[in-house]
Amino acid sequence: MAMTDFRMPSLGADMEAGKLVEWLIKPGDRVKHGDIVAVVETQKGAIEIEVFETGEVERVLVDVGTDVPVGTPLARIRTEAEAKAGIAEAAVVAGPVVALPSPPPVTLRPSAPPPVPKEAPPAAITRKRASPAARRLAATRNIDLAVVTGTGPAGAILRKDVELRLAAIAVPAGQKVSKGLDRDAMRVAIAAAMARSKREIPHYYLEHRVDVTASETWLARTNAERSPDTRLLMGAIIMKAVASALRRFPAFNGFFREGRFEPVSAIHVGMAISIRGGGLAAPAIRDTDKLSCDELMIRMRDLVQRMRAGRIRSSEIADATITVSSLGERGVEALYGVIYPPQVALVGFGKIVVRPWVVGEAVVPRSIMTITLSGDHRVSDGHAGALFLAEIEGLMQEPDQLCKIAT
Amino acid sequence: MKQDAARSETRELTYREAVREAIRDALIRDPRVFLMGEDVGRYGGCYAVSKGLLAEFGPERIRDTPLSESGFTGAGIGAAIAGMRPIVELMTVNFSLLALDQILNTAATIRHMSGSQFGVPLVIRMATGAGRQLAAQHSHSLEGWYAHIPGLKVLAPATLEDARGMLWTALEDPDPVLIFEHVMLYNMQGPLAADAAPVDIDKAAVRRVGHDISLVTYGGSLWKTLEAAAELAKAGIDAEVVDLRSLRPLDDATIMASVAKTRRAVIVDEGWRSGSISAEICTRIIEQAFWELDAPLGRVCSEEVPIPYPRHLEQAAIPQAAKIVAAAKSVVG
Repeated sequence: MAMTDFRMPSLGADMEAGKLVEWLIKPGDRVKHGDIVAVVETQKGAIEIEVFETGEVERVLVDVGTDVPVGTPLARIRTEAEAKAGIAEAAVVAGPVVALPSPPPVTLRPSAPPPVPKEAPPAAITRKRASPAARRLAATRNIDLAVVTGTGPAGAILRKDVELRLAAIAVPAGQKVSKGLDRDAMRVAIAAAMARSKREIPHYYLEHRVDVTASETWLARTNAERSPDTRLLMGAIIMKAVASALRRFPAFNGFFREGRFEPVSAIHVGMAISIRGGGLAAPAIRDTDKLSCDELMIRMRDLVQRMRAGRIRSSEIADATITVSSLGERGVEALYGVIYPPQVALVGFGKIVVRPWVVGEAVVPRSIMTITLSGDHRVSDGHAGALFLAEIEGLMQEPDQLCKIAT
Repeated sequence: MKQDAARSETRELTYREAVREAIRDALIRDPRVFLMGEDVGRYGGCYAVSKGLLAEFGPERIRDTPLSESGFTGAGIGAAIAGMRPIVELMTVNFSLLALDQILNTAATIRHMSGSQFGVPLVIRMATGAGRQLAAQHSHSLEGWYAHIPGLKVLAPATLEDARGMLWTALEDPDPVLIFEHVMLYNMQGPLAADAAPVDIDKAAVRRVGHDISLVTYGGSLWKTLEAAAELAKAGIDAEVVDLRSLRPLDDATIMASVAKTRRAVIVDEGWRSGSISAEICTRIIEQAFWELDAPLGRVCSEEVPIPYPRHLEQAAIPQAAKIVAAAKSVVG
C-alpha cells in the first residue's frame, strides 16, 4: 500500500485556483480510476473531477467551500500495490457543466454511480445579455458583443445596438451605407464592379512622372502659418488639379451607359478611400472644380470622417464622375487603377519620391510623383489621355493659382 | 371599428345582427342549411342572435332542442354526414364540453376513420368569454382547447365583417368548423358594407400597422388590444395589432412577418395561460422566428382562476388594455 495525494487539478491553462464545492466521497470510501470524486467551481462553471487512482480514501484535506490553488492536495488516498504511485491527476469529465448549489450534506455509498448533475438555482447571469436578433447580426458581421453597449431591458444588447456599433466602425459599401459596414457585401460589390470593369472596359494605361516640387514648396509655405487642423495636404491639390483639368478634357468625365458615352458637365471627383481591414469606396466630392483647396480639404476631411462613421450617402457613391486614387503614403510609386463603371477614367497618384532630375542643364534633387491614367478606350484615346495628364502636371506647377476658387 | 367602409354604402348594425344576417343569408342561399340549438327558436337565442328567424323560416329550419348538447350535436353531425349543412348553436363554450365527445371523437375524426368516405360539413357556433357576470360556468374561453384538435377549424370573428362573412365560408368547408363569438361583442355596433360578402377563414389580419412590437390577439381581446395600442402610441411605442381570426389553422406567415418586422411580441389571450393557444403561438415564434427577436415574448392571459362572478374580480381576472400596455412596455424596455 502507498499513499498518494489527490490534488486540485488544473482545468485549463488559465486556471490558478478552484473552489471545492462538493465532495462525492468520504473517508473510508473506495475509489477507482475514473470515479468522480468532487465538484470544483472554476471560472468556466462547476466541473466534476475524477480520480486516477484506485484505493481507499484515507482523509479529506480540504473542506467544502474552500478556494485552493491548483496543485493543493485535496484528499489522501491509500492506493493498492499495483496502483501507480505519484501525484493524482484529475481530468475534466465530459458532459454537462452545471453550476451546483452550495452542497447539501452528502452521504454516498461507496462505489456510488457518478452523480447526475443536479438542478441548479439560476446562477446570476454575468455574461452580456443580447437578443437573438442582435446575436445573429453580430455573428454575421463579425462584431464582438463585448464591445457593444446595450440599451435594452437590463442593459441587454438589441439589434439596433449592434447596428449602431456597425455604423460607428463602418464604412459603407455603396448602396448599403446607412446600414453600416458589411464587409462581405462590400467585397461582393467590389468584385462585381471590378469584374464588370475588366470584362467590359477596354482599359488603356498611361504613366507620367511629374515634378511636384512647386506644389510641395507651396504647401510647406502655406501650412507654416496654419494650425494643424487647417493645413492643406497634397490630396487637395491632386483633387483640384484633376477637377480643373477635366474642364478642358470632358472625355474623361461622365458615364458609359448602354453603348454610349454620356459626358457630364458637373465635375464630381470620387475619392477612393480604403478601409482598415479591407475594402474601399470612392464617394464623390460634388463640384470639385468649384471649390478652393481649403474648401476641398474640409470636404475631404468630412468625407473620411463620415466614411469611418458609416454615414456616407449612397448618392455620394453614385455621383462620382471620375475617380482619383492615391496610395502615395503607402509607399508605392505608381498604381494602375481599374475604372469604376460606368465611369470612364481613373487617375492614380503614387508616392512622392526625391529623385535626381534634370532642371536646365543641372541634375538636381526634385520631388517626383508618378501620375497614371486608366482610360476607357471606347471613349478616349491615349493621345487625349496624355494631354490630360500633361494638363494636370501643368496645373500642379502653379498651386497658388490652382487652389483659388475657379470661376 | 375598422371596416372597409369606403367601397360601398354602409349601414350601422350590431355584431349580433351581423351574425343573424349571416345565418339568414345562409338559410336563403342553401336549403340544406338549418339552425338548431337550445332556445334558438321561440326564445330567439340566448343572446338573441336568432330572433325572428323562426317566424321567417319555420320550425323545420330553426329547431329548438332539448338541453342535451351531446345529443343534438351528434344529430347535427349525422345530418351533415347525410348531406345537410347544419348550424349547431351551443349556448356557451362551457356547455360545449357536454358535446366534446361528439366534436372530438366523431366530427373531427370521421373523415380520417372512414378513409374520406364521409365528411362532416358542420358549423358549430358558440359564445365564449367573460364580462357579463355569468360566473365560472358560463364565462370561460376554451377555444384554445379546440384549436388543439386536428380535423377542426376554429374561428374567432372579432369584427362585424368577420361576424357577417365567416359563416358562409365555414358552411362551404367540407369539414367541421367551430365559430366562437365573444359575448362582449354582441352589442358592439358599427358600420358594415351593405354588400358585405363571405370572407376567408384561414388568414390572420393586421388590424393596426406598427413597427415596435406585435400584439397578437383574437376575438373579444382585439378591441382591448387596439385600445392598448392607442395608449402605447402616446408613449411613443408603435404597436402592430394582429387579429388571428382563425385559431386553427394558425396563420404562421402573418404572425412571423409581423414579428420579423417588430422583433417583439406580446400575445393577448383571454384563455388561461398554462397550455393555452398563447403558449402555442409563443412556441411557434420561437421555432420560426427566434433569430428575429430582440426581447423575450410576453403574454397577457386570464388569471388562472375560475372566472369570478363579482364584476371587479371578473374584470381583474381577464386581459385589460392597461395590462396589455404594461406588458408591451416591459417587453420594449
